[in-house]
Amino acid sequence: MTKFSAESLPIVNRILKQYPEGKQKSALLPLLHIAQAENNGWLSAETMDYIASLLEIQPIEVYEVASFYSMFNLQPVGNCVIEVCQTGPCWLNGAEELLAYFTERLGIKAGETTADGKFTLKTVECLAACGNAPVIQVGTDYFENVNKQKAEELLDKWQKENKISHTNPYL
Amino acid sequence: MAKKILLDNIDVPGLASFEVYKQLGGYSAVEKALKNLTPDQVTGEVTKSGLRGRGGAGFPTGMKWGFIDKKSGNPRYFVCNFDESEPGTFKDRHIGQLNPHLLIEGMILGSYALGARTSYIYIRGELFYVLKIIEKAIAEAYKNGLLGNNILGTGYSLDLYCQPGGGAYICGEETALLESLEGKRGNPRIKPPFPAVVGLYGCPTVVNNVETIATIPWIINNGYEAYSSIGIGNSKGTKLISACGHINKPGVYEIELGLPIEEFIYSDEYCGGIRNGNKLKAVVAGGSSVPILPAELILRTATGEPRLMSYESLSEGGFQSGSMLGSGGFIVMDHTTCIVKNLLTFARFYHHESCGQCSPCREGTGWMEKILHRIESGNGSMKDIDLLVNISKHIEGNTICPLGDAAAWPVASAIRHFRAEFEEHVKLQKCPF
Ligand SMILES: Cc1cc2nc3c(=O)[nH]c(=O)nc-3n(C[C@H](O)[C@H](O)[C@H](O)COP(=O)(O)O)c2cc1C
Ligand code: SF4
Ligand code: FES
Repeated sequence: MTKFSAESLPIVNRILKQYPEGKQKSALLPLLHIAQAENNGWLSAETMDYIASLLEIQPIEVYEVASFYSMFNLQPVGNCVIEVCQTGPCWLNGAEELLAYFTERLGIKAGETTADGKFTLKTVECLAACGNAPVIQVGTDYFENVNKQKAEELLDKWQKENKISHTNPYL
Repeated sequence: MAKKILLDNIDVPGLASFEVYKQLGGYSAVEKALKNLTPDQVTGEVTKSGLRGRGGAGFPTGMKWGFIDKKSGNPRYFVCNFDESEPGTFKDRHIGQLNPHLLIEGMILGSYALGARTSYIYIRGELFYVLKIIEKAIAEAYKNGLLGNNILGTGYSLDLYCQPGGGAYICGEETALLESLEGKRGNPRIKPPFPAVVGLYGCPTVVNNVETIATIPWIINNGYEAYSSIGIGNSKGTKLISACGHINKPGVYEIELGLPIEEFIYSDEYCGGIRNGNKLKAVVAGGSSVPILPAELILRTATGEPRLMSYESLSEGGFQSGSMLGSGGFIVMDHTTCIVKNLLTFARFYHHESCGQCSPCREGTGWMEKILHRIESGNGSMKDIDLLVNISKHIEGNTICPLGDAAAWPVASAIRHFRAEFEEHVKLQKCPF
């Protein structure tokens, strides 16, 4: 990504107006979300430098923020990032077995990407949907009460359609 | 049927739209307050209602509003805490997703009372789909003259925006939230100064939870007396409880404070009992941070009184035999549950979420996770159990923000009430479950 797409620019400009004069650094998190989506799901140094120049802040101010928050990927990821919740309430309802299923089916461990670059598997903490555990997130979509059968259906579907999970979350 | 304040219309189709919300009487509280009440009168109603913050700490809302520095001459901000990341808690999402205008109406009322001209809803980044629902509702509110310049011709103006987080539990702590909203790492600030004096952009700020804010319209419409007549003792009104785990009917329930916990767990109106006819083993009653209680102590206090859903009753017995209402995240475990393993997932969570500013929290949460892992996988020793207690004591009270305590309490309480289960892991050199 060298610049925000024409599609995203109006959103970026709207966001920049949400803060008082001189406080445009507040736009950092929203802009990083969009930038990550437009840079294949991760934040390269080049992408972060672009955001820094846009907000007129130091690149280090962007790096230190990007590395703090778990939703930002600082390494390349697969087309479809599958995030499986592992916290207590999901664990009580089979999250570990669900993760094991994804691990086996994709042939990768959590934190890894398949050789064909199609899938990345990630474990995450409580997604605030514990009543419908176990829960997974793909892009901005939540999938709840995910049993093995549902996971299989989803994976088949994503395989077939070459699912891309990083899309501009505002669109 | 219990009184419903927040979820009254939650099943009405299209409730998230302005038309439906308005048809059901929505925005009448804004109309009433902006036209007939002064900001101080709005604060007065909230103070007298007895409403306490629903984010976890239970601090009186009106009193918090009263602390806002009105003399500084700086702009004032009202910020909604929609970080909702405490494991077991999923009540705010329910409101934001299904009834966004209720939250917006509460934001207008709170902003008016505090004299804020710009307000923010800070929502955890994972919930982008809810952010979009709220942004759509905000746009509708602007279009209908309820946000923006000169609201309903009253001369009061307010801009309201949504801000996503980036995946960090700690940003639910209010000063970390403000740091994050300023585009920084979510490191909690040292208090004092409190946000009411030095908050967002160094200006006076009040941060409230989604549920707290969504309660305000009802109080303004019905008066403080109607609100304070619901509930028990110093636990006024209703509370959303998000129930999960091994129950037949997980979900979000609105209860009148004072409801017996036994009824909540077993009645078909609420959790509908333990799944598969299993036996209740333990409950974490207020989100992962509060002490776990075994079945006998969640149903009854140590003195044999029925335990109630209220701030007072849940904390009855202190840390020896009580817990806390917390955020209302009610996690139920049946007799097949390994307490050690469940605790290990919490310990991993706190280790992962520690911001790393204070060494007792940063190091202690890591050690606790490691030792729990050792015990759970059958490689622990009896000394490890005491070591865990020791570490938790060293974290508690020695950190900048309460995340340290929140990490320590689950460990200390699990060992207090289920020590035999930890010892069994050590003796058998494996998990007995
Ligand atoms: C580690 C930590 C996490 C917290 N997470 C949340 C949260 O997700 N939502 C929330 O409303 N309050 C959370 N709080 C409490 C807030 O700091 C603050 O007390 C609350 O937002 C005030 O609103 P209230 O008075 O309406 O409850 C958290 C506190 C701590 C220490
Ligand atoms: S207690 Fe933990 S989370 Fe809180 S400020 Fe200290 S290190 Fe950060
Ligand atoms: S524990 Fe998985 S959504 Fe809460």
